[in-house]
Amino acid sequence: MSEEFTLRVWRGDKTGGEEVEYHVPAETGMVVLDALHHIQHNDAPDLAVRWNCKAAHCGSCGAEVNGQPKLLCKTRMDDYAGETISVKPMQTFPIIKDLVTDVSWNYQVAKEIPMLEPTGPAPFNMQQIDADRVQEFHRCIECFLCQDTCHVLRNHEGQRQYFGPRFMIKIAEFEMHPMDGADRVPLLAHEAGVNMCNVTKCCTEVCPQHIRITDNAIIPLKERVADRYYDPVKILLRRLSGKKNAATNTHTVS
Amino acid sequence: MAQESYETLDYDIIVIGAGGSGLRAAVEASQVPGLKVAVITKSLLGKAHTVMAEGGVAASFGNLDAPDGWQTHFYDTMRSGHFINNYRMAEIFAKEAPERVLELETWGAVFDRTKEGRIMQRPFGAHTFRRLCHIGDHTGLELIRTMQYKALHSGIDVFQEVTMTKLLVKDGRVAGAFGYFREDGRFVLFRARAIVLATGGWGKIFKVTSNSWESTGDGAALAFRAGADMMDMEMVQFHPTGMVWPPGVRGILVTEGVRGEGGLLRNSEGERFMKTYDPERMELSSRDVVARSIFKEVQAGRGSPHGGAWLDISHKGPEYVKAKLPGMYEQFLTLADLDITKEPFEVAPTCHYTMGGLRVDPETCATNIPGLFAAGEVACGLHGANRLGGNSLSDLLVFGRRAGLGAREYVSGAPDFAPADQAELEAEMDRVLEPFRRENGVNPYHVHEKLQEIMTNHAGIMRSGPVLEEGLNQLLELKEEARNMGINGSRIYNPGWHAVFDVENMLLLCEGIIRSALERKESRGAHWRTDYPDELPEWQTINFVESYDGEAIRIRTEAVNEMPEHLAKLFTYGKAPGLVQQSGGKES
Repeated sequence: MSEEFTLRVWRGDKTGGEEVEYHVPAETGMVVLDALHHIQHNDAPDLAVRWNCKAAHCGSCGAEVNGQPKLLCKTRMDDYAGETISVKPMQTFPIIKDLVTDVSWNYQVAKEIPMLEPTGPAPFNMQQIDADRVQEFHRCIECFLCQDTCHVLRNHEGQRQYFGPRFMIKIAEFEMHPMDGADRVPLLAHEAGVNMCNVTKCCTEVCPQHIRITDNAIIPLKERVADRYYDPVKILLRRLSGKKNAATNTHTVS
Repeated sequence: MAQESYETLDYDIIVIGAGGSGLRAAVEASQVPGLKVAVITKSLLGKAHTVMAEGGVAASFGNLDAPDGWQTHFYDTMRSGHFINNYRMAEIFAKEAPERVLELETWGAVFDRTKEGRIMQRPFGAHTFRRLCHIGDHTGLELIRTMQYKALHSGIDVFQEVTMTKLLVKDGRVAGAFGYFREDGRFVLFRARAIVLATGGWGKIFKVTSNSWESTGDGAALAFRAGADMMDMEMVQFHPTGMVWPPGVRGILVTEGVRGEGGLLRNSEGERFMKTYDPERMELSSRDVVARSIFKEVQAGRGSPHGGAWLDISHKGPEYVKAKLPGMYEQFLTLADLDITKEPFEVAPTCHYTMGGLRVDPETCATNIPGLFAAGEVACGLHGANRLGGNSLSDLLVFGRRAGLGAREYVSGAPDFAPADQAELEAEMDRVLEPFRRENGVNPYHVHEKLQEIMTNHAGIMRSGPVLEEGLNQLLELKEEARNMGINGSRIYNPGWHAVFDVENMLLLCEGIIRSALERKESRGAHWRTDYPDELPEWQTINFVESYDGEAIRIRTEAVNEMPEHLAKLFTYGKAPGLVQQSGGKES
């Protein structure tokens, strides 16, 4: 290991900015957040970086390390031995300053998701096998790295059309809860925009909690929407009842 | 200097702090239609220190051990607190905890299950029965996320990333709080008819700590300056098992759940040393005892290579460990290149919790300032001289709710908003902006580092009179130096600026800790003095209460409330009440 790490940290605010180079003495087992703290404590006390627990429990320190969405507290400096490390804020969200972005949109979306509607009073009787299915989603630490990497949100201004992977998990958590009685399928099909996801699994790849977002949440939710809105039996019934060209008409009109 | 302005926002009740207790308080306060409630947090929503709680939430369901009940939970809590707890708080707590946990279940929390489909409960240090409801080793995450979504759906306004610098008191009542938005540094006045403080503890006063950056005691310091009484400040908990190696992770929590699930502690000679210190409870002794035992082993030269003890869970097999302790497995693998399913790992004590805090009324969580309430770690009384694992999360729920109720009832009879005192606010804005104007000011991060060093060397796990005195002198010197803290840059999201106020708050509270520690001339719970190594009965009836007049901390003694007979009786059987029942004894 070299004696010193070189980092290029994006410094700036919504009016613009640039990468600034810093040198940090190397220490065994150091993570990127340790290096940023060293810079903050010694070279740039106003360096803005969000963090809370430094133990990968809180999900505050999401940023992009050499272009990859990462938790700064969990990304080891020695993974980049010999390289210059570039640290930038998450690109999907508006910048506030340096590595801190405005993630408030996520909290707006969170309000749109109906909570658990229990079908009976607590204590619930629930087997572990039923709990297992949803507990995976409960591991989410809301670091929003999946939102950051999702190209619907990142490149296509999809924030009006799609709630993003984080909230697909949140909806799945309630939808698959054995004691839930609410219906979130219309929400999924419309406002939440589950169909916007084209299953490239980038979100799953960046999830620091290893939640199988696409396979275990998004795909099953897509199936629920398909069953409700695109069930061939229902389409057949519609055709038999005389509304033969309903679907085609709709398309030509639009 | 240009005229500074501020925004004014009016709420019936503001809750400062958005951890478990703050959110629970806000949810309770919002149950009255028409009442305007806001939660203010210095972080993002859902990131508060509660998220780091791992092992579980203690509630005496008796799902696995039928004889458990509130009496035994009460008994365990009082005994581990070495009887300087407020008995009434412990009683309310033990009785209400199960109901609060079930509430979480209806709001979406999914706990691990027993074979019968009920909430699973794991054993934990000094709990007589298996009592901790949990979801793997991320119970705190489950609690805060559940409460966060409940709060978002309860019509509460949430203000994120706000630094509060002053509590406003008018005509002897609380009138609001003043501070600034971190995003752009603009000032804000929250006028309020009642305030609930739920700002957590101050574990960041030590270098080796399991606490997140947030734990700087802001709410406690703000209230202390405003005239609120603090109690049991000498009582700081060191969790026995923090990570040790590599250096950057030192202090990060290793859940007590590891020992709860069967983890064994050994010294460098391979000996299960807990048999020397607590042969009956061994690894599952109370935290103060286990932490001290590890400390003593290291002092005796039987420590692990980096100054700790070995903890081993590998005998439980990879599948079990990964299922019950997934966070621990991941944490060691990523941060320490170590597979805990295969080999033992080093652990050492780490600062974890502050039992001391604002003195509150057990029923309503009211402080001595009318309109000011406190719940959770910032409050004091439930845990006495040592907190039991798992009792913190249920504390947040039980007293968060009660503080919300207390505030709600208070505002129904409280006067309307007090007009702002313009001169006071201008002076405050001036004070808050002062660090920008100091040329060659002292770096606040460096003051923080020095503070941590003083506390570690003088007021840590092992204390004595002369060493505490020396620590106090150094601290007072540092306080002088800190008057000159300065920063550069703009008001936009400037962590150096925020750190100035964190450090000021910690300096005040540390002085409170050392002064109180000097007064308690005995060893009790977490407070271990080598010059007074024994627990002495005459000190069991006393709490130290501190007040601050802006100049000096005054300290007085208050008598510990005496338990009524029906509760006192629970301690006369020679064993836990639940065990008496089990062996056919009589129980009132």
